[in-house]
Amino acid sequence: MSLVASYPRRAGQPYVPDRPFQEAVRLRAVSKIYETESGETVHALSNINLDVRSGEFLSVIGASGCGKTTLLRIIAGLEGGYDGELSLRGDSASQVRRNVGIVFQDSNLLPWRNILQNVLLPAQVLRLDRRASIERAHELIELVGLKGFEHKYPYELSGGMRQRISIARALVHDPAVLLMDEPFGALDALTREVMNVEVLKIWEATNKTVFMITHSISEAVFMGDRVVVMSPRPGRVVAEVDIALPRPRNIETLSGEAFAAYTGQLRRLLDIGSSRKEGA
Amino acid sequence: MQIEQAQSATIAAPTRSRKNRPIRPFVSDTAISVLGFLALVSIWEGAVSAFQVPDFVLPAPSAIVTSLFQGLASGVFVRNFLVTGFQTVAGFLVAALVGTALGALVAQFAIVERVVYPWLVALQTLPKIAIAPLIIIWAGYGIGSKVIIVALVAIFPVLVNTIMGLKSCDRGKLDLMRSLGAGRWETFRVVQLPNALPFIFAGLNVAIVMAILGSIVGEFVGSKSGLGNLILEANFQFDVARIFAVLVLLGLFGVLLSQIMGFVQRRLLFWNK
Repeated sequence: MSLVASYPRRAGQPYVPDRPFQEAVRLRAVSKIYETESGETVHALSNINLDVRSGEFLSVIGASGCGKTTLLRIIAGLEGGYDGELSLRGDSASQVRRNVGIVFQDSNLLPWRNILQNVLLPAQVLRLDRRASIERAHELIELVGLKGFEHKYPYELSGGMRQRISIARALVHDPAVLLMDEPFGALDALTREVMNVEVLKIWEATNKTVFMITHSISEAVFMGDRVVVMSPRPGRVVAEVDIALPRPRNIETLSGEAFAAYTGQLRRLLDIGSSRKEGA
Repeated sequence: MQIEQAQSATIAAPTRSRKNRPIRPFVSDTAISVLGFLALVSIWEGAVSAFQVPDFVLPAPSAIVTSLFQGLASGVFVRNFLVTGFQTVAGFLVAALVGTALGALVAQFAIVERVVYPWLVALQTLPKIAIAPLIIIWAGYGIGSKVIIVALVAIFPVLVNTIMGLKSCDRGKLDLMRSLGAGRWETFRVVQLPNALPFIFAGLNVAIVMAILGSIVGEFVGSKSGLGNLILEANFQFDVARIFAVLVLLGLFGVLLSQIMGFVQRRLLFWNK
């Protein structure tokens, strides 16, 4: 079982898929309304139409309360009771479980399990072949740069290391789509930058489709092939911006002019989103 | 009170605190406490002989030690200790198992919580010791009634802490399991139960103290043997030295039990730092 992508990315070029688009996640007219305890109805999501292309790194950005986490939870199969249609690689929602891996803001490692056992958790729950899974877990732990830590326990690791392990865990059952909900939100700024670069490397090595929620404009631009901007109440997609920065991206990318232009554009889009909310 | 128990259990990490201690005093803490104890005993011994305190008021430490050895040599203490020890441990184990199982049912099934939990809370406020005479009537003067009393007294801290521990699980960990399609039983076994263990152990630590208490009080209320029974007998005979000797045994028993608990806890909850 190789982790190396069958569609290797060419260095120094923007993301161009090697085959015709086949969307990994397809959302059609997805809306979610829920009632608060006081009986108020909240439009968490309103008429979301979104395709996440296969192999794409998609960043989703928006103010708090714009429903981006709800969107991720719907894709992950954690949130029911929505209107509209969701399919993953052409399969309807029931097949979702084996096809997504989730990275939460908190690593959510089980403190009584060692690193290897933690990474193996999805394989255990999904009843995958144990020997093959162990082999794959070792490869993934090496990929996230923590070879030799297999038998350590979470309390022996730093926050950044724990988050790397939670990424390895999200990949162990070889899902097509990696869902990340503010994966670096709990990390300090320096660790965060290192992790951004690391995750891009992992993504380039595994050819996963990534759907990442973030609060950070620069993170969204730095990592994404495309940035989706959402606005709150009701949660809507207000813009989709293709990021044509060459790959592989590194720390120098952050100081380029094109990068600044993208972040500026997104900042303006986010302002429009929030001023509309105030007008309403 | 249960919350504080749980938190103190979470914070307590004996191996750590020892490692982090900044200075190493010349005389160890153990030496100081042993010396202090010896000093206290000497003063006691000296005061009793100097003021000629009668034995039935306060026996000298030497008289207590003599009584202890006599009791041990005659086999009376050993026989009665085995009775009380068995009652206490058996009742504690019943409380631990039933308390955890019942707590799990309450935490897992909303209907059990709605129907059973209010009754459990009401029962908890009742002083269990007050039921002891009833239990003796129903279950007799033997060991069985004491096991029931011990279990009744010891079950509540386990039950309450189990419920709290199971409910305290992070939503993120539960979401993780749910996103993988894990069933209720698997989520319970793999995530919720281990997550609740520090809480359950905090409850067990309270329960072990309650178990000894329940055992002795049960014997006071009505019994044919046991260390509590021995205390009553010695009391009638004004053999205060023997009462103290039995108290020493009970103290040692308590220390032994909490050492065993501590050992199990350190092995099982090594990750809880």
